[in-house]
Amino acid sequence: MSSRPKDAAPETGDITRRDFLKRVGYASALALAAGGLSYVLYDAKGPPPSEGQKALTGLGDYAAKAPGAAKMAIVRGTDRALMVERGVKALGGMEVFVQKGDRVLLKVNAAFATPASLGATTHPETLAAVAGLCFKAGAAQVLITDNPINNPDSCFEISGMAQAARSSGSRIIPPRGALFAPLSLPGGRLIQQWPVMAGVFQGVTKVMVISPVKDHQRAGASLTLKNLYGFLGGRRNVFHQDINGIITELAQLLKPTLCVLDGTVTMMTNGPTGGSLSDLKDTGTMVVSTDPVAADAVGVELLGRTLGEVPYIQMAAQAGAGVADYQALKPVLLDTKA
Amino acid sequence: MRIVTVRRLSQIFFLALFLWFCVTATLGAHWWQLRGWPINWILELDPLTALATVLATGTLYKNLAWALVTIALTLFVGRFFCGFACPLGAINQFTGWLGRLGKGTEGRVEANGHRRAQAVKYYLLLFLLALALMGSVQTGIFDPLPLIHRSVNLALAPLADNPLGVLSDAPRSYVSAWLLGFLFLGIVGLNLVLPRFFCRFVCPLGALFGLLSRFTPWRLGKTTDRCGDCRICEHYCEGACRPSGKIIGGECVLCFNCMDRCPADRLTFATKPSAAGEAGLPDLSRRGFVVAGTGLLLTSMWGIGGLAGANRNPHLIRPPGALDEERFLARCLRCGQCMRICPGNIIQPALLEAGIEGLWTPAVNYRLGMSGCLPNCIACGQVCPTAAIRPLSLEEKQGLGEFAHQGPIRMGTAFVDRGRCLPWAMDRPCLVCHELCPVSPKAIFTRTVFETIREGEGLPARVQGQTVVLEAAFPAHTNLISGDFYLRPRGAPDAGLRRITGLAGVGLILERPLTGEELAAAGGKVDIVVRLLRPFVDAARCTGCGMCEHECPVSGLRAIRVYSENESRSRPGRMLI
Repeated sequence: MSSRPKDAAPETGDITRRDFLKRVGYASALALAAGGLSYVLYDAKGPPPSEGQKALTGLGDYAAKAPGAAKMAIVRGTDRALMVERGVKALGGMEVFVQKGDRVLLKVNAAFATPASLGATTHPETLAAVAGLCFKAGAAQVLITDNPINNPDSCFEISGMAQAARSSGSRIIPPRGALFAPLSLPGGRLIQQWPVMAGVFQGVTKVMVISPVKDHQRAGASLTLKNLYGFLGGRRNVFHQDINGIITELAQLLKPTLCVLDGTVTMMTNGPTGGSLSDLKDTGTMVVSTDPVAADAVGVELLGRTLGEVPYIQMAAQAGAGVADYQALKPVLLDTKA
Repeated sequence: MRIVTVRRLSQIFFLALFLWFCVTATLGAHWWQLRGWPINWILELDPLTALATVLATGTLYKNLAWALVTIALTLFVGRFFCGFACPLGAINQFTGWLGRLGKGTEGRVEANGHRRAQAVKYYLLLFLLALALMGSVQTGIFDPLPLIHRSVNLALAPLADNPLGVLSDAPRSYVSAWLLGFLFLGIVGLNLVLPRFFCRFVCPLGALFGLLSRFTPWRLGKTTDRCGDCRICEHYCEGACRPSGKIIGGECVLCFNCMDRCPADRLTFATKPSAAGEAGLPDLSRRGFVVAGTGLLLTSMWGIGGLAGANRNPHLIRPPGALDEERFLARCLRCGQCMRICPGNIIQPALLEAGIEGLWTPAVNYRLGMSGCLPNCIACGQVCPTAAIRPLSLEEKQGLGEFAHQGPIRMGTAFVDRGRCLPWAMDRPCLVCHELCPVSPKAIFTRTVFETIREGEGLPARVQGQTVVLEAAFPAHTNLISGDFYLRPRGAPDAGLRRITGLAGVGLILERPLTGEELAAAGGKVDIVVRLLRPFVDAARCTGCGMCEHECPVSGLRAIRVYSENESRSRPGRMLI
């Protein structure tokens, strides 16, 4: 008590006017500040049921501006690189699709961490061939992406695609969380405010889809259009309840520049994972097409199935994503062994 | 160079090396990833690990022989490991020093005075070694080397790296990481109470080193008994080993601060006994042994619970190649290397899934992480320093080649929960589990059924050209043209099913048109039927890899779940004949 500082207010009774006014001033200022802040932050409506974000409406149209006469080539053979090269040449050469300075995104199927020999993923030779042709045509950058089912690093590494990327000078973009943004497909029932890997399209000018040919019990077949499932994020498996519906909507998300469907080997059974060489059959076919639906129609034949068994192909055609009757495109037929 | 400078450089080196091995314990092909970096080396230098596993298993596993180097050096010069190498010791020493900046000399001498409680770690060591002799290796809970690996790799590194994404593209998850972090921060924080608190009172590895330094030819000591009363030697004495008086050799951590600071150069590291006398160890009391013995009595009751046998926890999935529970607990250090390396991030530190005796042992959690257990991955067994998880080859894991007769390694069996599964319980097609089953032929197979859907029973309809028109509008939430729905004249057998392939105006297009006569025969009514492929598990093929559970779209409690039934490692868990 005796150590009270001498400039402090007296302990009892007479408060000085000056001190009182000062205190009133501080108290009023704080009260005003609290009131002002409350006014700014006042929310009469309460929170919305969910956090709405501005959604994208699509991933873009990457179709070649001046395509050649041929829209599709079906190449027979066993040498993937040669088949890709001949097929692309039949469509007018890669220069038709890739110009100097283009940034090309290659959407591969890297779903599983299994070796290329088991055919569950895009074959690294096919990938390297396409990437090589892109660079030759003047591409500034070739990016490779997928949002696989197993952990991405293992998938790209074990499938051999990481090595193919390194040797061809292209870059793998793993599906980091920041790359996903909500997308609502206009007129879509399923893809509404759904996270889609839109970030990889930043600055991309051309998109190619490179897919294996695989059995798929739920969908009938896993080909080019099913490969687009890999652009989806979130717990996308709920869409298996309407597998044909979701693939049809995926087909409308973007128009690819070029589709390469690698049926050199076809996974006939136990798809889409495979796991045994006995699940595979040599079908010696490479499809190079600007039309993903038509490419998939050929894939269905390689699997020995009919379009009726793979409903999404005709549904995607009806939705305007392409042509299910691939013969109507008058495909160029080639044989590298001849 | 001054000896304390050498000591500091050595401490920095080992701490940096430890952190570097934490970085390189990343599966991948980059030079900074796991490409032969000896990420277990610091763990392997640990004689407590070597001794405990030798007591529990009767063998010294491969690289644990590195401990001989540490043992030999300690036998000759004392606890150099504590002063020069232990990464946790370095952190403790540094924080203890930091917390005492600006403190007076009196407080320092008091803080570094010898305390009776320093004997506690010897009782703890005795308890842990006796427990190991009984077959349960629990040293890793307290041993600073597994402890720091676990704490940094599972709690601190994810905290630092998850926003950056350098070590891992996707954020890493570890259940109860907070507890590991809390204990670690607690250990570090205790240095503010007393310097090297953990080292002095708890560390069983330090206690083992103390015992090993009993006959060191070289040791710290005074050259003369006559000495002033300055006690400068104890200002920074890390071991609290009383260098000013009758030095306690077993407690000296070879920090050399006393020797460095003595103004009269009366302290020396030499072959002569200290002129002021020597004590080997702190005074051990009978009470301490009684407590240790009681603890032993309690822990020996663990076995009565039967967790390794009849009372197995069916939710406890061990990593592929894990030994049967009893032999597993005779080796596992809880160092967390398997959890760190797992590329799927599914190996998690158990809390009580494996009982209190299995605290922080690896348990697989298929709800977390990136996917199930990858058929082409054997990383966990390859990094396990004690072979609690055996180092499998890919052939053995997949049951190929010379292992074909025994089949793949099974971690458990998947069970379909028919009350939650979409095609089983809710008339909705799904089949994600079947799609992702990586076994060939798939362990999940399907049976096809056609079920009339709730709103689709006996609907009045008419034939219009090639299509069928329903009299009343059908609820919009069912996509009738999705390819999964069929139309059947009311009461007709399944042969009358026709797939709905599209819409023409309000009419349903069918794969085979329905005739007016057929419809009339059914009383003008049709059923809307959904085709369901329902999943079944072939337990003889299931490896328990958990791909199905991880991807099941019923995302809360999954509709297909793996239990430890039929796991390869367990005889009592065997299910099939």
